[in-house]
Amino acid sequence: MTATATPLNPAAGTRHGSSIGQPLTRRDGPLKVTGQARFSADNLPPGTLHAALCVARIAKGRVTGLNRSAAEAHPGVVAVMTPENAPKLAQDPDAKAGPFIFRLDLLQNDRVRYANQPIAVVIAETLEAATEGARLLAPTYATETPRIGLDAGDVFTPDSVGVGAAPSESDGDVEAGLAAASRTIAATYETPAQYHNAMEPHAALAQWDGDRLTLHMPTQGLAISQGRLAGLFGIKPDDIHIESPYLGGGFGSKGVPSGPQVLACMAAKLVGRPVKLVPTRSQMYGPMGHRGPTRQTLRLGTDAAGKLTALDHHILTASSSFDDFFEPAGRATSTLYASPAIAIRHEAVRLDTGTPLFMRAPGEATGSVALESALDEMAHELGMDPLEFRLANYAEVEPITGKPFSSKALRECYRRGAEAFGWAGRPLQPRQTRDKDGFLVGIGMGTATFPALIFEGMARAEIRADGTGTVELGAIDMGQGAWTALAQIAADGLGIGMEALTFRMGSSDQPNAGIAGGSGHTATAGNAIHAAAGDVIAQLAKLATDDPASPLYGAGNAGVTAAGGRLTRQDDSSRSESFADILKRAGRASIEGQGEADADPAAQKSYAMHAHGAVFAEVKVDPDLGQIRVSRLVGAFAAGRVINPRLVQSQYYGGMIWGLSFALHERAEMDPRTGRFLNDNLAEYHLPVNADIPAMEAILVHEEDSVVNALGVKGVGEIGITGTVGAIANAVWHATGVRVREMPITLDKLLG
Amino acid sequence: MIPAPGLAGGGAPAICNGSSLCQPGPSMHIPLRLTLNGQAREIVLDDPRVTLLDLLRERLGLTGAKKGCDRGQCGACTVLVDGRRINACLTLAVSLDGAEILTIEGLAEGDRLHPVQAAFIAHDGFQCGFCTPGQIMSAVGLIREGQAGTDPERIREGMSGNLCRCGAYAGILDAVQEASRPTGQVEQREDAA
Amino acid sequence: MRNFDYIRPASLPEAAAAGQLPDTAYLAAGTNLVDLMKGGVTAPARIVDITRLPGLSSIETLPDGGTRIGALVRNSDLAHDPVFAKTYPMVADAVLAGASAQLRNAATVGGNLMQRTRCPFFTDAVSACNKRAPGSGCAALGHATRIHAVQGWSEQCIATNPSDFCVPLAALDAVVEIAGPDGTREVPLTAFHTLPGDHPEHETALRPAELITALRLPPEAGSFRGNARYLKVRDRTSYAFAVVSAAAALTFEGETIGRARLAFGGLALKPWRVEAAEAALAGQAPSPEAYAKAAALALDGAKPTGEANAFKIELARRVAVRALTLAAAGTPARIPALPASPFGIV
Repeated sequence: MTATATPLNPAAGTRHGSSIGQPLTRRDGPLKVTGQARFSADNLPPGTLHAALCVARIAKGRVTGLNRSAAEAHPGVVAVMTPENAPKLAQDPDAKAGPFIFRLDLLQNDRVRYANQPIAVVIAETLEAATEGARLLAPTYATETPRIGLDAGDVFTPDSVGVGAAPSESDGDVEAGLAAASRTIAATYETPAQYHNAMEPHAALAQWDGDRLTLHMPTQGLAISQGRLAGLFGIKPDDIHIESPYLGGGFGSKGVPSGPQVLACMAAKLVGRPVKLVPTRSQMYGPMGHRGPTRQTLRLGTDAAGKLTALDHHILTASSSFDDFFEPAGRATSTLYASPAIAIRHEAVRLDTGTPLFMRAPGEATGSVALESALDEMAHELGMDPLEFRLANYAEVEPITGKPFSSKALRECYRRGAEAFGWAGRPLQPRQTRDKDGFLVGIGMGTATFPALIFEGMARAEIRADGTGTVELGAIDMGQGAWTALAQIAADGLGIGMEALTFRMGSSDQPNAGIAGGSGHTATAGNAIHAAAGDVIAQLAKLATDDPASPLYGAGNAGVTAAGGRLTRQDDSSRSESFADILKRAGRASIEGQGEADADPAAQKSYAMHAHGAVFAEVKVDPDLGQIRVSRLVGAFAAGRVINPRLVQSQYYGGMIWGLSFALHERAEMDPRTGRFLNDNLAEYHLPVNADIPAMEAILVHEEDSVVNALGVKGVGEIGITGTVGAIANAVWHATGVRVREMPITLDKLLG
Repeated sequence: MIPAPGLAGGGAPAICNGSSLCQPGPSMHIPLRLTLNGQAREIVLDDPRVTLLDLLRERLGLTGAKKGCDRGQCGACTVLVDGRRINACLTLAVSLDGAEILTIEGLAEGDRLHPVQAAFIAHDGFQCGFCTPGQIMSAVGLIREGQAGTDPERIREGMSGNLCRCGAYAGILDAVQEASRPTGQVEQREDAA
Repeated sequence: MRNFDYIRPASLPEAAAAGQLPDTAYLAAGTNLVDLMKGGVTAPARIVDITRLPGLSSIETLPDGGTRIGALVRNSDLAHDPVFAKTYPMVADAVLAGASAQLRNAATVGGNLMQRTRCPFFTDAVSACNKRAPGSGCAALGHATRIHAVQGWSEQCIATNPSDFCVPLAALDAVVEIAGPDGTREVPLTAFHTLPGDHPEHETALRPAELITALRLPPEAGSFRGNARYLKVRDRTSYAFAVVSAAAALTFEGETIGRARLAFGGLALKPWRVEAAEAALAGQAPSPEAYAKAAALALDGAKPTGEANAFKIELARRVAVRALTLAAAGTPARIPALPASPFGIV
């Protein structure tokens, strides 16, 4: 089996128009494979200065000295920005105006709150001079003892977890459910702090023209960034122009502007010239967010037949000393399995680290590791096949809320995934199988889930008298394929071919298309485009159907369809007219339309909306040396309408590889004595390399959903990670008989 | 001659191959002859600290090679020097006098993509595209090295110096395999144009 | 990075003369030196670029049957040299198991010997570290990680040497040829790297201004070609430093082991060769028991420096047993797809 064993099948997604459902290659592909795609740090306007950060090498305390004169004396250094001379801000960067405002360290005082916090910026004619200037600052500190690790702080219950979610949820009486159970298990799992490590650092190139700011900066949220910067600098959002056509990965870490990006703006203001600031890799471990660590205790009870009687999930996580983001690890537990009693409770400590942030599948990724491992442990306790156990506890309605699902093809995911993987016949007992070379072989599975979100977004569309069209909106492509998938939606919405479409996105001058996050961007931007294009077509249809000279006369707006640059009567396909002819006769150069998307409160009230999937993993483990290799991964996912199966498959693969990385590799290590990182680099903070990647298959399971949104799309960007971590952890247990409850699973934990 | 105390006396040998190399750092003007993407270039470096990556990106406007770690740990800066793939971030430009350098910008022939570039598009061998120039140059280097053939395991190993955080590895493998086929010529696919 | 004078000598004597200037570093590919300079771990005032020195870039078979490898031979060129790979298969495996193809294409043989430790307290440029800042203490001692030493460490330093290449070289009695202001000399590889003792700032046998000109493998080294393996256990399948590695080589006399060689990586600040274990294998029939006995001897005196690396002692025993087992089974005809990986060399 190779990655291409499953041919890309357009029919896997519903054929919607001429473009939607087609596996088009990426429209930005030629630019990206030739090095011509211009990422933020690839810009260098004339006169640009380079800036380098000096960061704290303690985790708590104050900066008592900086050798400013040494830095200033270095040839090429233009300015040193410290709290002494940093531009004053219009707003306290610690002011908390909403859940998407995170506190930033912007040289407003000498306080150090975490390791790698920026404490000065050196601006120079060359990158080499700026970098050396930053080193020459050689800071001195008044150091305080930092709190590092989940045991280091006082436990409390946060007001909310994630972005505004309740810290506790429950239904039924868990203690009674456990007491009545014929079997119970309790187990504690740990997940470490992880860092997004997008390949592209959080660069910014800032240029001021009076009170107007131009910024090349990778961001997942153009309008959010404008708003935040406008507040800090006391200017209007409209006076901030942000270009963000390509992101070198975001994964949540570029959802809000990071401190260093704001510092680039401040530096440019200070010196009155364009300034480019690109943090180093290690400087990204601190001020750019991370996945908070968790310690999770699951208690499960079942009756003799294997039906859950109680599901209790307690989470201990951590935020920074100065801001709130609490990993919402209980989320999957509230949606996945039916139980008469469910309780989820988050608690937290405060640590002297940077503030955690949303990181690909925040909550679901961490929580599902514990949940899917616990399910596996319980299945073993019961002597049941893990898939059979999950089916026995299949949630027909959303647990706790009792809402019906808008769609849920999870049974089909289980069936197709198990079949493609060859799950049947799996030995119930662990450590039963060896391959021909003597490696222990194990297989495991996990359920994948992620909510189908949609945010506020807008788009603009236009058809011109020459029959061509334009769609534009401030959408973001961070690798998911927005340049392609959204253009497909645009072309279909306008009823024109891709060749006739001009599609623009990635700039703050365009309509606000919301944040590219929460796996909700295709739904948000796509539905906004769909609505904007629909607005154009409705206007066009009115022109034609009101005009006695048109073959469409009398059909009414709803009586025509748009395709191939023509409107056609639905009841008589022989009667049609081109967009160009309609506009020419009306004497119009173009028709412009607007569209919006947002969550439908009525649907949200009545339905639970999630994507689902099932992931199956095979691992091989060296019986003596403990080294692990994932040998096969199969995922089957149902996420509503598929806009572009090629891109969706890649998103699933990417998510599954994140799952592999979570299960076997990623862990930020800190020295508890100093709060400094021991592996803030890509040599020792391991991400998987190509040789770690198994044969993979992603099955796109058909699912129609007329409730979730007009296009019927759910998100695909994050779900892949959720089932995979548990599947791999369960497969390692199945191979070895060793249950590792502390991620990542490294070879030392299997030596026995 | 190097203005070096301790060497001046005793008929110390010349230890530079050009007097301009011997100026103290800050005022150095170091001539550098490079063949860059097939074109002869004469460059005067004013700072010996400049790496090949920063020379390309910040001084010559060739921003295809990317800086993902700057420490030889991610491969995003991979270029070919004298036909071999290396990490441009750890290479001092000053040490490359006379070298032939090929970057992603020099790979396609006009509008015609190199087979590896076309295969990356056809197999969706990237998502965000940031690591892609490095992946492609690494693949070109791997194929030239001739050690991997089309063996998937050898290609995986040979491409392991290039991290991809999006997780496009399966597509990368397929793309490199296709471009490695001994028949060599990969059809310029319509969908890759 | 501190600014520096850049000097490109045309000959060895010129290089050695330049190397005598205070605060000078020799630059070959720079894959380690430039990295350390970027990290502020080292900040030389002068860089002497030795990459153009003549006569240091070839691999020659010597009249006595040994092999001489010029210090500027690139790692990948060595590993892919067909005669070399055939004669010293575990050296080729070890080279190819290190770093990435890009780094191996640049890095030189001499530079590989000069690699500094990956101890995070050394590389962070600020923690107490007797190696980087003599007399400042050893921050690692109170918080050892899996990278730290279990053999040969001292209260002054618990770092490990990260090289794969040096492990089979130590096992094969490689000799380091050195040139300096006072002429040339040679040092056995096993004596080239020094254990930390009270002076971890001294890392190698090189004296000021000396540089490596070549490595020599003695004639006997080739006699192990049929039964020599390097095995590297690591946390990711490729592009990762060893957790523990071992080079094992055997000759056979009929059904019994003639001579044996065994050295480890990841355990100490130098490649850890254990001659007592080698002696115990000589004359034995190849068997799991014989390997286990040798492995136990090899780890004699091992002592963890913290909870996080205690496992390496038992792991090293098992790596030794496996490497010996693989060596006895015979060198494969071709370098495996995953060189030195447990998953590549079944």
